[in-house]
Amino acid sequence: MREITYRQALNEALAEELERDPNVFLMGEEVAEYQGAYKVSHGLLQRFGPRRIIDTPISENGFAGLGVGAAMVGLRPIIEFMTFSFSLVAFDQVVNNAPNMFTMSGGQFNIPITFRGPNGPAHQLGATHSHATENFYASVPGLKVCAPATPRDAKGLLKTAVRDDNPVLVLEAELLYSSKGMVEPPDEELLIPLGKAEVKREGSDVSIICYAQTVPLALKVADQLEEEDISAEIVDLRSIKPLDEKTIFDSVAKTHRVVIVEQDHPFCGVGAEVCYRIQKNIFDALDAPIIRVSQEDVPMPYNERLEKAVLPNADKLIAAVKQVCYA
Amino acid sequence: MQPVEQRDEVEMLSLMLLIRRFEERASQQYQAQKIGGFCHLYIGQEAVVTGAIAAVRDDDYVITAYRDHAHALARGTSPDACMAELFGKETGCSRGLGGSMHFFDKQHHMYGGHAIVAAHIPLAVGLAFAIKYRGEDRVTLCFFGDGAINQGAFHEALNLAALYRLPIVFICENNLFAMGTSVQRSTSLRQIVDRAEGYDIPGEIVDGMNFREVRDKVAEIVDSIRKEPHPAFLEMRTYRYRGHSMSDPASYRTKQELEKYRLDDPITRLRAQLTREGKLTNEQFDLLDKRAKETVLAAVKFAEKSPQPPLDTLYDYTYADGATEPDRPRPVEPAQERREVAPSPSTNSP
Repeated sequence: MREITYRQALNEALAEELERDPNVFLMGEEVAEYQGAYKVSHGLLQRFGPRRIIDTPISENGFAGLGVGAAMVGLRPIIEFMTFSFSLVAFDQVVNNAPNMFTMSGGQFNIPITFRGPNGPAHQLGATHSHATENFYASVPGLKVCAPATPRDAKGLLKTAVRDDNPVLVLEAELLYSSKGMVEPPDEELLIPLGKAEVKREGSDVSIICYAQTVPLALKVADQLEEEDISAEIVDLRSIKPLDEKTIFDSVAKTHRVVIVEQDHPFCGVGAEVCYRIQKNIFDALDAPIIRVSQEDVPMPYNERLEKAVLPNADKLIAAVKQVCYA
Repeated sequence: MQPVEQRDEVEMLSLMLLIRRFEERASQQYQAQKIGGFCHLYIGQEAVVTGAIAAVRDDDYVITAYRDHAHALARGTSPDACMAELFGKETGCSRGLGGSMHFFDKQHHMYGGHAIVAAHIPLAVGLAFAIKYRGEDRVTLCFFGDGAINQGAFHEALNLAALYRLPIVFICENNLFAMGTSVQRSTSLRQIVDRAEGYDIPGEIVDGMNFREVRDKVAEIVDSIRKEPHPAFLEMRTYRYRGHSMSDPASYRTKQELEKYRLDDPITRLRAQLTREGKLTNEQFDLLDKRAKETVLAAVKFAEKSPQPPLDTLYDYTYADGATEPDRPRPVEPAQERREVAPSPSTNSP
């Protein structure tokens, strides 16, 4: 194992999959000559050439659809959205064409495509550039959605996504691109299955269910709670869809108390689905109502102080934990 | 498949007849409520798809919008599978899961059947991208209506195709109406073909009621594309005799206009050309038409007696690997009622 950044981990995943399968290509805005808006594709043009690392004009609908069409005849496109906020321009391709094709064609055309890029609020980008799209996309049958929080998960999930025979969205986190973590060396194949959550820290008093940018937050909060003798178990969903019910339920059966911290909005957010499944399946294991911590239900303000007030933070999470622990 | 110039025109006339009779019968079955949803008929436009298909190879890619029955038939999808799809049956070309607007046939390189206006044009560019990526000499034929040319997806797709020099023919089937809105009321240009010029794509206007003109023009362009990949644009001037869909009486146009186009009927025209040249007798034509009608009637029978898609396959076509969320019980077929069967002697015995 060695320590690398989330950005490097994604870059390795792309390079390894491009190397392994000649049907894989990377397409998007500024992915080639500019070396990636967030440098995730750094060096790939030099290594794989312009046939496989392809710059596009600013035409999300067009190039997302191009990817779906290429996937119909067996190529395995990786389509980069500069941010998933811009994927909304291609919503028709991601929601109507990619996931419906397999059904509409009676199983003749599966779409092995990966849509990837940063998702969720970053830092003072305002309402149009701060969308957390996981709950929209996870509600669409036919799509798979993952949201890695660590360099290791980012690499392993992206490689799995590229090999999956279905459309998979890899929702990266802009604020995590420079974060570091331990990852297997490049000569060791790292594939992390979709639909498998991971307990990032064991605990006994409360389960904090989180993903993507809320994982480092939850881990930090767990340290603080420990000083107050509250032992928090951190469950990182990693995949939003399919959802790993077993890991969630096992944790809840152990702690009996749940806080869900998510980066999307509260109404029909990811936490709402997780909450529903817990109460439906293991109602008797619960010793307190489940509490969700999410963004506030407002478009993202630019002002820094207001932005912080919209996002989940340590204070909100700690208060929620104390509420479910009656502490 | 035979080289383009040698393909039998009588065979292509026969295909046009099959399309027309298929659509007429679909209309009748729709009115009899055997067909659900929306149903858009191709009657009047037959020369466009038959002419274009006559000019390409069997392994070239074809993709179109929702008025798609004719494109599947022209590509070689069996009339049985097409009619069964309209009936929503398991034997349909999309297993009854797609319906009228979503015909697919992988074996015959028919890539749909797409019902969001212009959303398939980027897909078509993706098919063409894959051809060039693999260094093949195939061509993609992308059909769409005049209503598609004011959608963003159309413009993005044309720009990408031109930028990457992709082997694709954009075939605009200009039947003068986007649903009920005439081209003059929807499009700022006087000629649709001028859209292509904006993307530096060569474009031409073709008489879409004339099979030979369509075939020869598509053949010429496809030949040029096979030598050196590039996009091209053809505006086919055509006309649909029916409304936009089965629910549209087409009251936005005059009877005189419809009659004018009926006099220029593509089937009548090709028939007259062949008859004049001594390649077809009236008896032969009648026989072709009789065969087309019989084929379509047989397709209706096939569709009627075909089974429904089983309920327990409901989750089979969502993910290619069969992945489903946990905790989602699959529906099961309701138990067959068996009133005629006597109760088992082991139960309720006195």
